[in-house]
Amino acid sequence: MSSQIPYLDGNAAGGELSKVFAVDITAAEGQCGSCGATRRFAEAHLYMGGPGIVARCCVCEHALLRVVSTRHGIFLDINGMTYVRFDTTE
Amino acid sequence: MWRVGTVLALHDETATARTIRLEVPDWPGHLAGQHVDLRLTASDGYSAVRSYSIASAQDSEHRVEITVERLPNGEVSPYLTQQVAVGDRLELRGPIGGWFVWRSQQAEAVQLIAGGAGIVPLMAMIRSRTSAGKTAPFRLLYSVREPDGIFYRDELRALPERDRSVMVTYAFTRAAPKDWSRPPSRVDAALVAEVTWPANLAPSCYVCGPTPFVETVANFLSASGHNRDRIRTERFGPTGERK
Repeated sequence: MSSQIPYLDGNAAGGELSKVFAVDITAAEGQCGSCGATRRFAEAHLYMGGPGIVARCCVCEHALLRVVSTRHGIFLDINGMTYVRFDTTE
Repeated sequence: MWRVGTVLALHDETATARTIRLEVPDWPGHLAGQHVDLRLTASDGYSAVRSYSIASAQDSEHRVEITVERLPNGEVSPYLTQQVAVGDRLELRGPIGGWFVWRSQQAEAVQLIAGGAGIVPLMAMIRSRTSAGKTAPFRLLYSVREPDGIFYRDELRALPERDRSVMVTYAFTRAAPKDWSRPPSRVDAALVAEVTWPANLAPSCYVCGPTPFVETVANFLSASGHNRDRIRTERFGPTGERK
């Protein structure tokens, strides 16, 4: 679907999302709300060419997370994931 | 949270890549493989943010080294590789990332595979291994256009002489040295099978480079039996405008 658009991976969103999350999100595990795949956020395909950042499932390309920073604040949509698990054991 | 770093030293790695050593007084320390975001702000308030992998070892207190490759038509990299001077102050955020990291407690074999500037975070892993006095067996496969494009050349050359549990293999894609056995070509499945740790050793694999390189190499590794959980990747490339 989006294979022609250049993408990076979830690692590249770590800095921007550090404005929102107190702990590192790149190592967090999330479940795709569409195909059910469970992966680390670092593995997501990251599209940064638009006004915000879109992270898509590396298996099915479903949009997992969207974040847009504006002068009115940061808009975060994580509707594409059924859950996110932050590892607190390390 | 943005910190301010002062440029301590500059070193040209190649004709287009420069290492910048920063002193960051409130640096909390970092892990090998992590990156920083750098923010440049113009006098009119316009700012641009870019991510750069950390090249220095994890125990380099208050010191952070990054290596920046100049991109044609880049907005930030020409400044960082040509204009920044010792004593300049740069804003940075980080360290960032807890997945694409190597921790010195890891004792298993490690396979590093770099495409071009993807060597930077992998070099931090090699340096951290050395500085922590660890002996985990490391192999590096470094794909680079030509001999003059090699980052950290002297340090990499000296490594296997000093420490036989580190093996470095180059894959030249455009031009190879005269006596090189392999004609210039991209990394392929045969080379990966020949010079990287076999899957039955269950090494941790770290692959960093431009997106197509990472995709290709990660697929070679999976196809040769490496467990997906053992393959950690980091892709880089031109990013969109950010403020």
